[in-house]
Amino acid sequence: MSSDKTTVDTSKGGVPADEVLPPAVEVIDPRLLVREQGFRGYITEFKRRVKGGELGSMPVIAALIIIFVVFQLANDRFLSANNISNIGYYLAGAGMLSIGLVFVLLLGEIDLSVASVSGLAAAIFAVFTTTHGMNMWLAVLLTIVIGVAIGAIHGFFLAKIGVPAFVVTLAGFLGWNGLMLWLLRKTGSISIADTGPIHIVDQTSFFMNSSIAGAYILATVGVAAMLLSSLADQARRRKAGVPFRPTSEILLRTVLLAIVSYALAIVLNNSNGVPNALVLFLVVLVICDYVVRRTTFGRKVFAVGGSIEASSRAGISVPGIRIAVFAIAGGFAALGGLFIAGQIQTANTQAGSGNLLMLAIAAAVIGGTSLFGGRGNVWSALIGGLVIQSIQTGLDLLNMDVSIQYMITGGVLLAAVVIDSVSRRTQRTSGRA
Amino acid sequence: MVHVSATPVLALRGVSKRFGAVQALTDVELEVHAGEVAALVGDNGAGKSTLVKTIAGVHPIDEGVIEWEGRGVSINRPSDAQQLGVATVYQDLALCDNLDVVGNLFLGRELLRYGSIDEVTMEKRSRELLNTLSIRIPSVRIPIASLSGGQRQVVAIARALIGDPKVVILDEPTAALGVEQTAQVLDLVERLRERGLGVILISHNMADVTAVADTVHVLRLGRNNGSFPVKGTTNEQIIAAITGATDNAVTRRQSRNAEATQ
Ligand SMILES: Nc1ncnc2c1ncn2[C@@H]1O[C@H](COP(=O)(O)OP(=O)(O)OP(=O)(O)O)[C@@H](O)[C@H]1O
Ligand SMILES: [Mg+2]
Repeated sequence: MSSDKTTVDTSKGGVPADEVLPPAVEVIDPRLLVREQGFRGYITEFKRRVKGGELGSMPVIAALIIIFVVFQLANDRFLSANNISNIGYYLAGAGMLSIGLVFVLLLGEIDLSVASVSGLAAAIFAVFTTTHGMNMWLAVLLTIVIGVAIGAIHGFFLAKIGVPAFVVTLAGFLGWNGLMLWLLRKTGSISIADTGPIHIVDQTSFFMNSSIAGAYILATVGVAAMLLSSLADQARRRKAGVPFRPTSEILLRTVLLAIVSYALAIVLNNSNGVPNALVLFLVVLVICDYVVRRTTFGRKVFAVGGSIEASSRAGISVPGIRIAVFAIAGGFAALGGLFIAGQIQTANTQAGSGNLLMLAIAAAVIGGTSLFGGRGNVWSALIGGLVIQSIQTGLDLLNMDVSIQYMITGGVLLAAVVIDSVSRRTQRTSGRA
Repeated sequence: MVHVSATPVLALRGVSKRFGAVQALTDVELEVHAGEVAALVGDNGAGKSTLVKTIAGVHPIDEGVIEWEGRGVSINRPSDAQQLGVATVYQDLALCDNLDVVGNLFLGRELLRYGSIDEVTMEKRSRELLNTLSIRIPSVRIPIASLSGGQRQVVAIARALIGDPKVVILDEPTAALGVEQTAQVLDLVERLRERGLGVILISHNMADVTAVADTVHVLRLGRNNGSFPVKGTTNEQIIAAITGATDNAVTRRQSRNAEATQ
């Protein structure tokens, strides 16, 4: 270190830094790569990041563009307003499962039971409302509470008994599916009334009754919220004398978000507007993003995902966090199950089967949440879900057989995990793991 | 020199700790007063880190009593120790590689503003703290994984100073540090003593120990093997207590060297 100091200081006249600077003054490491200002700064920063394995969302965006181009070339209805609206609508159900999985992945664990729990939740909800005539909203609440309790049971076995999450949730995968089959053993399926909360997540339900203004209001609220919170944060940081994001970067980000939001609003308005299921999904994402990044709970989840030993020595109750996170995953699995049941207004024995589990995990990983714990964000549920749902919808449009769909989804999941592993390795070697 | 209060801020009475078949600590006694630097020395495996972890609540004690300001307390969890006012820098550091410097410094006691984590104030306080320790870290926003061993050590030490501890335990804090940083940590230990904190310093370096400690407690094979005031005790006496004999590897080597130079 001292050698660096002298090299820097000789250029200014050879006085050792400590004699010039009083000790309490900011000591900036001369080796820190300071970003150049302006547009060139972005380019160099971008190159440095790619080299260092900090790919961030770049592979996903590249993948999305490729997917859009390929499917559009194969079928020109792919980028039609109605199909985009479809993608947005169907991505919400599995997306809820992915949100729960993001929490679990941040912890460095896995939950293989979420799809079974989602199917069970639909069956329980149908039994409550259709068989027993329970109030729909009360039934929603109870179903989610049951999902939370199921997740907490998984968490208990992991945290208190020490059974690996993989095994506990694999048992849950089978067990909860069995319970669902048992509930539906007589009829095989129970239809659900298309009213109240179930109607809200129905495909015919749109924000502000398909009013043109609805989509623009949503886009404006999103863009304004981002701009104002960034500016407020910048002002606080400037006042506190800590590094802040330059205004040019805030504006660039805002403009990018605005272009995407308003373009989407225009497209969706060419169809029927913004599906309510998608609006709910986005609201839940914003809330979860806040929880993960801005609350002590979220910080503890990251900490446990980074180092269990360090977390418990810092006074964090590791078992408590584990149980809470699996409970969250169970709750979101149940919520997602209700969304999916709302798509067909039925609880049937097929719910939660097939490739739902793989799709939900793939979405979280493709979106950039690491399987190795401690790295990621809840937006990966949206971004990864978009990739997965685009592929699904595209293959449906091309009337691809389910066998092909499985193989392609498997390949995409593998690719995402490979990118995750490789970027983790490059980040290690460039000291940013 | 130092004004040592009558009641020790922290006292261990007859503390024992077992790990399966290993009796790591047997009937250990230790007293630390406010404004005192107590050095804990002993050979590898003597039980120093284990003793630290019992005080910090990582490994609850099997037998004995821990007294805090004269009252018996039970420390079963790290948070119990934190609440009493014990801050610990572990030998193995225990930092979260994926969190940045700020996140690690404040882990478990984040500052809040309207219920959410106050990153700005935390970042400001982190920079101030690291600057008073004259430590160069490229940025307080880079993950711990990208710091050098010594820089991590310094982050771990800084972490102990956030919050308002009454007793600071440093388990081999200078082992990974360069000359300048070692001197700074020793200065820091003296400043902590001036502020009236009790400090437990573990070190294998006798020069460090005699430079800053007021008393030296020797552990040998998990038992007390003597306590000495630093003034009026020679290094040889301490080394004899550490190794358990006057005829030991260190004295043999010294006499051999003495003969060779003659
Ligand atoms: N978690 C544990 N489980 C089992 N045995 C342990 C554990 N921690 C420590 N020990 C044992 O307790 C004894 C004391 O170890 P400790 O780490 O306290 O030594 P130390 O004095 O800190 O040594 P060093 O100077 O090398 O750091 C050793 O025999 C060690 O094997
Ligand atoms: Mg040790």
